[in-house]
Amino acid sequence: MATLTDSRKRELRRELETVVSPGAVLSDPDELLVYESDGLTLFRALADFVVFPTSAEQVAAIVKLANRESLPFVARGAGTGLSGGCLPAEGGIVISLMRMNRILEIDYDNLLAVVEPGLVNLHLSWAVGPRGYYYAPDPSSQQACTIGGNIANNSGGPHTLKYGVTVNHILGLEVVMPDGEIVWLGGKTRESQGYDLTGVFVGSEGTFGIATKAIVRILRKPQAVKTVLAVFERIEQASGAVSAIIARGLVPAAVEMIDHLTIQAVEDAFGCGYPRDAAAALLVELDGLTVGMEAQAERISEACRDNGAREVRTARDEAERQLLWKGRKSAFGAYGRISPAYMVMDGVIPRTKLPYVLGRVNEIVATHGLRVGNVFHAGDGNLHPNILYDPRTPGEEARVVAAGAEIMKLCAAVGGSISGEHGIGLEKTDFMPFIFSATDLTFMQRLKSAFNPTGRCNPGKVFPTRKSCGEAGPVAYRPHPIEEKGLAQRF
Amino acid sequence: MAPTMAEQPTRHGPLELHGLSVEGVNQCVHCGLCLAYCPTFSELGTEMDSPRGRIHMIKSLAAGRIALSDSVVEHLSLCLDCRACETVCPAGVPYGRLIEAAKAEIERQRPGRPLRRLLRRLSLRLLLEHPALLRLAAASLRVYQIVGLQGLVRRSGIARLLPGTLPAWEALLPPIPGASERAPLPPLIPAEGRKRARVALLTGCVQAVVFGAHNRATARILAKNGYEVAVPPEQGCCGALNAHGGDHERAVDMARRAIDVFERAGVDAVVVNTSGCGAHMKNYGLLLANDPAYAERAMRLARSVRDISEFLGREPLRGPLGPVPMTVTYHDPCHVVHGQKIRTEPRKLLAQIPGLKVVELQESDWCCGSAGIYNLTQPEMATRLLHRKVNHILATGAEAVVTANPGCILQIQAGLRAHGSEVPVLHIVEVLDRAYKSEGASTAPSETSPRSIAPAKPALDRAGDVAP
Ligand SMILES: Cc1cc2nc3c(=O)[nH]c(=O)nc-3n(C[C@H](O)[C@H](O)[C@H](O)COP(=O)(O)OP(=O)(O)OC[C@H]3O[C@@H](n4cnc5c(N)ncnc54)[C@H](O)[C@@H]3O)c2cc1C
Ligand code: SF4
Ligand code: SF4
Repeated sequence: MATLTDSRKRELRRELETVVSPGAVLSDPDELLVYESDGLTLFRALADFVVFPTSAEQVAAIVKLANRESLPFVARGAGTGLSGGCLPAEGGIVISLMRMNRILEIDYDNLLAVVEPGLVNLHLSWAVGPRGYYYAPDPSSQQACTIGGNIANNSGGPHTLKYGVTVNHILGLEVVMPDGEIVWLGGKTRESQGYDLTGVFVGSEGTFGIATKAIVRILRKPQAVKTVLAVFERIEQASGAVSAIIARGLVPAAVEMIDHLTIQAVEDAFGCGYPRDAAAALLVELDGLTVGMEAQAERISEACRDNGAREVRTARDEAERQLLWKGRKSAFGAYGRISPAYMVMDGVIPRTKLPYVLGRVNEIVATHGLRVGNVFHAGDGNLHPNILYDPRTPGEEARVVAAGAEIMKLCAAVGGSISGEHGIGLEKTDFMPFIFSATDLTFMQRLKSAFNPTGRCNPGKVFPTRKSCGEAGPVAYRPHPIEEKGLAQRF
Repeated sequence: MAPTMAEQPTRHGPLELHGLSVEGVNQCVHCGLCLAYCPTFSELGTEMDSPRGRIHMIKSLAAGRIALSDSVVEHLSLCLDCRACETVCPAGVPYGRLIEAAKAEIERQRPGRPLRRLLRRLSLRLLLEHPALLRLAAASLRVYQIVGLQGLVRRSGIARLLPGTLPAWEALLPPIPGASERAPLPPLIPAEGRKRARVALLTGCVQAVVFGAHNRATARILAKNGYEVAVPPEQGCCGALNAHGGDHERAVDMARRAIDVFERAGVDAVVVNTSGCGAHMKNYGLLLANDPAYAERAMRLARSVRDISEFLGREPLRGPLGPVPMTVTYHDPCHVVHGQKIRTEPRKLLAQIPGLKVVELQESDWCCGSAGIYNLTQPEMATRLLHRKVNHILATGAEAVVTANPGCILQIQAGLRAHGSEVPVLHIVEVLDRAYKSEGASTAPSETSPRSIAPAKPALDRAGDVAP
């Protein structure tokens, strides 16, 4: 990492200020401090600058300047990421997209909108809502996270089960490439010619360039929505019900599971109506045509009761439905009620393995003397064990990380994956070899090199940086700068 | 071995600033769900001006990781203390308490330049604690307005030449009411009809002078609803402005005094019609937790404090109410909706007034920029937020704005005036009072069944709404 002298820093600051404006560059350490983490506080890294561009041209100019100075750079949206993805792992420039948050065009006839990347996900649904439309990908953080961050992480949400993840809703992208060129990938039509580069870019975790505009699909709101809450005395019963629902050919829009500990947290937070004494609850949502919905809801209830649900009820009105969802979507934050910190894991497993894996997760965490809360997209088999801990207790973090690694290994061992939707980021680079062979990783590295040959765009992410971890690509292992600073150690 | 990147406090023991606990920072899990609801973050996009960023700074300050540098002071001072972040925070971070402690620490370390100190002393201590002086000041302001000087100053733009924040002060000046409105209320107003209970009314400091009409209206509608209203003449200021301004010691003194006065009044509830005071008095228990002589009494008094909408909104109003034929929109004052979590009651009350149509206001629960004396200390941000508020109001086409706090009334009225709009801004008690007064003048039957009024679009209680 290039260490900047103070005078060089001052000069660079002035140059950046001419690109953006004087009020749009941060370099004061006290200000940079608040950019040291994202939603995962286990990692922190300080940037040299945080810059707030307002156009693609400004982004391009910043990127060119960074290249000239051999400085790394990384895009940041709302910083709700849970894998350290937007951290300036090697210092350099953080490019915040928060001042590029306009909706540029809404085309209801063609069901699309053109937006800037800093737009908050939910704000798009609010904008098109009055006309009866919405933007389907609904990460639980949608009230805060940005479309740009969603694109980078290919984010999902409860309704992913029926509507797919972000990539299914992005038609085209304007991207500032890592060398500063501005290109368009995809476009307004549904079928584009040539390579599907939009598809390649979505999910690249900010390592293939910086999205500056997105053409996204908007959908008509479903005619009817029904939300069912099923309450269980044992967590295995809830897992069984999930399998039964899918096995019976039912296609709900969402199937979410919330366990006992998480229920305590969300009830403390907002009093959402989940029974506190339940071992687990399932939140199942159906949407679509009014015709046949009642019958479907009945079959869902049946599947739950057959698996031992002690209570199954339908949200009486929109207010109750919103409250149940508010509880589900605030769950991560609500852990703050019962623990000073948590680390959310993001594994994917075959649905049939749900009861086994949940049991093992609880065992693993207990062996490390910790507590775990589970709230997750059960329909997709996308687990979120949240390991609760106190960073002030010496040694506790080490146990969290050890337990986390065991859980990731478990997911890989049952034929699953190490990330459903939160990305690899900084956090899970070393877990990549659990699921990818050296050849797989080399191939991915080559793709990355095509977009980002210098590696300056969001370095230190996605790929393992240690040889013994299966690293076979062009980037040789060297200690991570944050390790050198003594802020982190590899295990 | 594990990554050990999480922050290790460099100072051990409980986290404190200016002797006030900020342990609440540890509840923040850094999820960021509050970001888009913070007015200053929405305007600037900079995380130092977001709840999460400010909490991170407060935590780092308390842990000794950073010092109170100019920039830290700037970002913490830019906080409106609107507490919208508390409403959305799933982790229950007690943000209001944290920022108050931080502001007290700022005040201790950086009491400001001499002129500023003098002004603070004058306004916070002298005027607020001596109602007679405040009345005198008001009387001279009224002369200024009546003789037409104010019009001249406003037209000529001389105001812009005034030093510092004085132009902001000037633009906010409400018409100071005549002597009859400024005179104190009688110490006891009897209940009408069957007596339900005895309550006390906080008449406030600035409130009593500038908005005497609100207090009169409040007393009248309370009486109409069967409450005997005690107005202890010896009551002073509740200390909210001092607490928010970082003058912790004086705030504690004033709280003790208020407790003495209202205990003596022997009432079932203390009714408050200014949001900042209500929210603050409900917090007396915490404020005096370390004072053995007062802790328990403070807790008891705090529990008896009720905002007027909260108090009357519990059950249907006692009729008959006359019609108030007009279209209005409701603005939620921060310290009512976020500070005291009162959202549905005012709407329920308005819904009972015959002929009154309430249209929804977008971002109804966003701060208007008034925020105590924020509009005077941070005029630029205050103006941006006011502009945003006024645009939403004008978009509703309402004939009047209803709200429940004098600060908001002054601020929004000044904003509308600046946009060339004559739309009046009313306290909810004025609208209720009008309904009672218009009864008898009309033949329309009084309607008391509440009509439902949906809150405006991105109101915070719908945070995290799923789209379909
Ligand atoms: C309470 C909570 C609940 C969550 N629930 C979910 C969930 O249900 N599903 C889910 O998938 N995730 C979830 N997340 C994770 C997170 O919200 C998502 O990953 C989200 O997409 C991140 O968006 P952001 O704007 O905060 O991006 P950031 O955290 O700022 O950045 C994330 C990544 O995107 C990159 N990036 C940002 N903007 C751009 C751009 N314009 N161009 C290129 N790269 C860019 C960054 O470099 C980084 O690698 C949750 C997080 C929290 C805190
Ligand atoms: S919502 Fe609460 S827990 Fe989450 S970042 Fe904001 S203050 Fe912290
Ligand atoms: S109190 Fe208001 S201005 Fe301050 S951080 Fe919270 S939401 Fe933002």
